[in-house]
Amino acid sequence: MIPLYYYLMVSAVLFSVGLAGALTRRNAILVLIGVELMLNAANLNFIAFWRYSPNPEAITGMMFVIFSIAIAAAEAAVGLALIIAIYRHCKTTNLERMDSLKG
Amino acid sequence: MMGDFFKGLLVMIWRVMTDQPDPKAEFLSVFPGGLQPLVSAVLSVSPIILVFATLFALTTWLERKGLGRIQNRLGPNRVGPYGLFQPIADGLKMLTKEDIVPRSADKVVHFLAPIAFLVPTLLAYAVLPYGRNLVPVNFDAGILFFFAVGASTELSIFMAGWSSRNKYSLLGAMRAIAQMISYEIPLILSSVTVIMIAGSLSLVEIVEQQGGYQFGWLPGWFVFTPWGLAGFVIFLIASLAESNRSPFDIPEAESELIAGHLTEYSGFKYALFFLAEYLGMFAVSGLAATLFLGGWRAPSPFLEWVPSYVWFLSKLVSLVCLFIWIRGTVPRLRVDQLLNFAWKFMLPMSLLNLLAAAAWHFTATWNFIGAGPGRWLLCAAMIAVPYVLLGRALTGGKKWTRRTYRFAE
Amino acid sequence: MQIAFAILVALTLASAIAAVSLRNLVHCALCLALAFAGLAALYLQLGAQFVGFAQILVYVGAVAILVVFAILLTRGGESAPQPVISRSWVAGIAVAVLVFGVLTKAMLSSSLAHREPPPKPGPAVREIGNQLMTRYVLPLEAVGLLLTAATIGASIIAMQDAGRKQPDPQSVASKPANARLRRDAEEFETPTG
Repeated sequence: MIPLYYYLMVSAVLFSVGLAGALTRRNAILVLIGVELMLNAANLNFIAFWRYSPNPEAITGMMFVIFSIAIAAAEAAVGLALIIAIYRHCKTTNLERMDSLKG
Repeated sequence: MMGDFFKGLLVMIWRVMTDQPDPKAEFLSVFPGGLQPLVSAVLSVSPIILVFATLFALTTWLERKGLGRIQNRLGPNRVGPYGLFQPIADGLKMLTKEDIVPRSADKVVHFLAPIAFLVPTLLAYAVLPYGRNLVPVNFDAGILFFFAVGASTELSIFMAGWSSRNKYSLLGAMRAIAQMISYEIPLILSSVTVIMIAGSLSLVEIVEQQGGYQFGWLPGWFVFTPWGLAGFVIFLIASLAESNRSPFDIPEAESELIAGHLTEYSGFKYALFFLAEYLGMFAVSGLAATLFLGGWRAPSPFLEWVPSYVWFLSKLVSLVCLFIWIRGTVPRLRVDQLLNFAWKFMLPMSLLNLLAAAAWHFTATWNFIGAGPGRWLLCAAMIAVPYVLLGRALTGGKKWTRRTYRFAE
Repeated sequence: MQIAFAILVALTLASAIAAVSLRNLVHCALCLALAFAGLAALYLQLGAQFVGFAQILVYVGAVAILVVFAILLTRGGESAPQPVISRSWVAGIAVAVLVFGVLTKAMLSSSLAHREPPPKPGPAVREIGNQLMTRYVLPLEAVGLLLTAATIGASIIAMQDAGRKQPDPQSVASKPANARLRRDAEEFETPTG
């Protein structure tokens, strides 16, 4: 059997990869991709803990993940709409160019 | 050992042909324990691939003959008796055609797009119940699996359109994806109605619920209820749009942006797209037959001696013939007409269908005089009145006058 | 079981790393879709059928396509002329490695993480439906409202502004070629509403 911490390690690696992507890339859409990866890593964590809990009949973990998937989809939609609107205004998706509020 | 093998094989074939449960047990016992899941999987999958590939070949022939007759001409009739070997000729042509890939195309994505289209389409066949005990995998969430793999094919259309580095391919791919996403919602909502009434996402369970006969002769299929009939019609229209078939074949008609996302594909890759599209059509017809037409059930108590898979296949083939008939008869919709139809008409109708199904379910306990026709009338009115009103509202403002012609001098 | 797990994990991690590090944006989006599919397979291996299929339906079938459309609408398909990594990439990688270290240390030092799994739970779809309608009905309605607001909001934000300057019809129609076309079109005009 696969022990629990294998799944938790996978989730941790995915989270760090998403975080690294969100922090190091210039394009706004790639930051969003990193955020989606982080959300998915957290979902994997929930499902792994649900499965390995002493009481899997209480499907709290699965319910959380179902709502998390719905909310992540809504957030991706709004985020991408924002990026499209900003592109229309600034003609760029490069985050380092969008510094007009910088002190 | 060989004797056991053949005996197990014959027993399995006999059990499958006579609808008995658990056909594979004796045949599998010939193999060592570790190999049994693999052999079981191969035994489940190979008949499906063989049957549906043959059905694909026959359907290409049937479509060309059928369309030809509708258009007052003979179809192909040179290659064999009545042109029956035409699919073989077509297959040979596709295989020997030169495979042209544009120089600036993205080679990896261009190569992977047909495969990414074919694999999810084949996966969808895993949950359909082909006969009384003939379902490859009985998932608890079977319908969700079917729609999930159906949704994965949209990404492959984008891959095909984008990797060709052709602005017309990209435009065609965007239109195709917009069309498929828009019609996914009525498709799923009309099957949610069936799920709601049947109480389960498992396709085997849904077919189980359609048993019994009303008045002794009317099968208890869901299509014989008002919400089931409306749902069936919505499902059929949405599945026409999902498989990119006429009248919704903007993405791939020859007079529209050449061939849309398939422009830069030739030879075997085009054959794969073609195959995957027809397989998708068969899968969704199979799902329509399962959800609404009672799956493998016979239509009358006197005909129950016919094996169950014969009924399933005949329902599937009759739906395919219906699709071919519609293709030959109805003109093509423009892309904005298509999207308006999906969002402004099909979506409200499928939501109202849900309400009508709920009304049907909760009035099942009526038992006063005239309750049966009363239920029918109530649910049919819940669907028909908004249908008329919505239709009037959406075509409102257009005055249709006599057409004037101007002829060449 | 172990081999399947190893293959799935390799696939998911490789596509996730590719999704954040490739140069071509569309390739990143496609690798992201592959990572989602790998995760769905991991959920299926853990026995969460409904969540696995919902993950494919929502993430691969909708979110990946949204990302791809956004890339195309913001001209990300063309190759990036400037370097794709931001100037402060060292700090970013350092933070990610630090977070990974903290998570791993916390995980390995706890006794929870070394559990063996209990026997596989039964099919849960009916239970999910029951719980959604009884215990979790308030979050369900809230998510419905959220999705409605997100749909309306995203459509409005991404729509073209109403006051955008359209090409002036008078200046277009005054050109001689267009005048000829206009005259021909008027002769063919059928009265429609």
